[in-house]
Amino acid sequence: MEQLTLETLIAVFEEIFGRPLFWVMVVAAAVITLAYIYVLIRDRSVSMRKFLLAQLSMPIGAVAAVVFVQSVTHSQLRDIGGPIDVIVLLGVAAMGAVGTAIFVYTAQSLLRWKLSS
Amino acid sequence: MKNINGIQASRRAFLGFALGGLATAAAVPPAAGQQVQTNARIVIIGAGAAGTSLVNRLWRRLEGADITILDPSAEHLYQPGLSLVAAGLKPASYTQSETAEWLPKGITLIPEAAAAIDPVAKTVSTSGAHTLAYDFLIVAPGLVLDHDAIEGFSLDLVGSNGIGALYAGPQYAAKTWEAASKFTQEGGVGIFTRPATEMKCAGAPLKHTFLIEDIATRTAGAGKHEMHYASNNDSLFGVPIVSEKVRMLFEDRGITPQYNHVLKAMDPGRKIATFATPDGDAEMGYDYLHVIPPQRAPDVIRQSGLSWADKWTDQGWVEVDMKTLRHLRYPDIFALGDVAGVPKGKTAASVKWQVPVVEDHLIAAIEGREGSTIYDGYTSCPLITRVGRAMLIEFDYHNNLTPSFPGVIAPLEELWISWLMKEVALKATYNAMLRGKA
Repeated sequence: MEQLTLETLIAVFEEIFGRPLFWVMVVAAAVITLAYIYVLIRDRSVSMRKFLLAQLSMPIGAVAAVVFVQSVTHSQLRDIGGPIDVIVLLGVAAMGAVGTAIFVYTAQSLLRWKLSS
Repeated sequence: MKNINGIQASRRAFLGFALGGLATAAAVPPAAGQQVQTNARIVIIGAGAAGTSLVNRLWRRLEGADITILDPSAEHLYQPGLSLVAAGLKPASYTQSETAEWLPKGITLIPEAAAAIDPVAKTVSTSGAHTLAYDFLIVAPGLVLDHDAIEGFSLDLVGSNGIGALYAGPQYAAKTWEAASKFTQEGGVGIFTRPATEMKCAGAPLKHTFLIEDIATRTAGAGKHEMHYASNNDSLFGVPIVSEKVRMLFEDRGITPQYNHVLKAMDPGRKIATFATPDGDAEMGYDYLHVIPPQRAPDVIRQSGLSWADKWTDQGWVEVDMKTLRHLRYPDIFALGDVAGVPKGKTAASVKWQVPVVEDHLIAAIEGREGSTIYDGYTSCPLITRVGRAMLIEFDYHNNLTPSFPGVIAPLEELWISWLMKEVALKATYNAMLRGKA
C-alpha cells in the first residue's frame, strides 16, 4: 500500500463489518469508554470486586472477538499460517478481552451493584 | 492496587499509542501537488479503475481544464471481487456500482464508446457520432474478452453443464459458482484454463483453481475430484520464483499441471475440451471446465494505429513507454490499465501505481516541462490458496519480489492476514483509489 490515511483506514473497517455495524460499534465503544471514565472519576477509586468480575469476563470477550472476526471473514483457526497471523489473532483476542473488561466494570458501576470492596 | 495502577498505566499507554498512530495517519495527506491553471482539453477513454482514479486526481490538480470521460457502461465493476463471487463467497452485487457515482461533478461524462481516434488531427469520435477535440488523450478502455476464439463456447453455456467463465462479469461469475458448486459436491474431473495472450490478473486462474479445490475437498471429501491446471506455457506464473511455489502447492494439493495446453475448442454435449499443445491437439474429458478466453485491445485502438507494430500483434496493446506510459509516437497520448502495452500489470494494483505516474507526466506536459516519476512495473496479487489463506505476492518488471511489509508478511507464505487483505481491505483500498485518495 502506498499511503495509509485515516480515511482509508475507516473505509477498510467499514468494508470489514459493513458500514452500519461498524459505526454502531464505534459509537458503542465511545459510549462505553466515556461511561468508564465517568465512573472512575465519580468513584475516585477502583473497586477490586468489580474489577475481579471484569477480569473473569476477559477470556469470554477474547474468544467472542476471535469468533466474531473469523465469522465475518470466512476464516477458521486452521488458517493461521505464520507468526504475523498469531499476532493478529492475539491482538483481536486482546481487544475483545480489554473491551469486555471495561464494559463489565462500567456496567457494574453504573448499575450501582452494592458490592463492598 | 499496584496491579490496577499497572493496568491503568498500560491502558493509558495503549490509548496514547493508538491516538498517536491515528494522528500520524491523519497527518500524512495523500500526495497532492499544487493546483495548476490550464484550459487544456483532456479526453479520457474509459471510466474503469484507471480512468476514474485519474480523473479524480486531475480534477483536484487542474483548475479550468476541460475534462471529458467516455464510457458506455453505466455500471462500474470491482473486478478483483469476481474470484470471490465465483467461489460463492460474495454475491454478484459485491462487484457492482454506478460509474457516475465515482466521478467528480465538474467533468463531462459521455455514456458512449470511442469509435475512432485520430492521433494526428487529435480528435476522438464517439459511437453516438460526437467528435471531441483534445490536447491530451488518456486511453483506458480496458480490454476485450475474445470468447469466440474458443470453438464451441458461448456465454449462454456458463453455469450449466459444468462450464464456468468468471472473467465475463458479475452475473457470469455467479453462474460460474453454480456450475463449480455442483462439481464440488458431485466430484469428477475439473480443468482450469488460461489463455496464451496477455491477460488481466494472471493470478486469477490460479485462485479459482485453489478455491474450488479447497471447497471441493471440504464439501465432498478428498479423493473424489481430479484437478488439472492447463497452463499456456511451461510455467505456472510469469514470475519464476512464484511459479515454483505454485508448483509445490499444486503437488501438495493434488492438482496436476498440464503445461503448454491452450484451450482452443470444446464440445459441451460430450464434455470434451480440446487443447493446442506442442505435440498437436489433445482432448480431455471434464466435469467442470473453467474458461478464460484470449484477451485483446478493443478494435478502436488497433484500428486507430495506436498499437505496437512488432509486439503482441494479435492483441494490439497500446505502444507506450513502459516507464512513463506515454505513447512512443504521439506524446500527447497516454495509456493506462489493461490496454497499455507493457509487460505484466493488467491489475488494479498496477493501475494504482500507474495513475500517479501519468498524472505527473501529463501535468508536467501542461506546464511545458518533463515529468520525473517512473513506473517500474509494480503489481500485486493476493494469491488466494484456499478459503482463509493467501500469499501476498508483489513484484515488478524485473520479476523481483517487492514486498510492502518485508519481514512481517512473507510473500511466499500462505497467511491468514493476506487473506484478510484480499477479502476485506482490498475493496476499501480500491474505492479509495477510485476517488484518487490512495
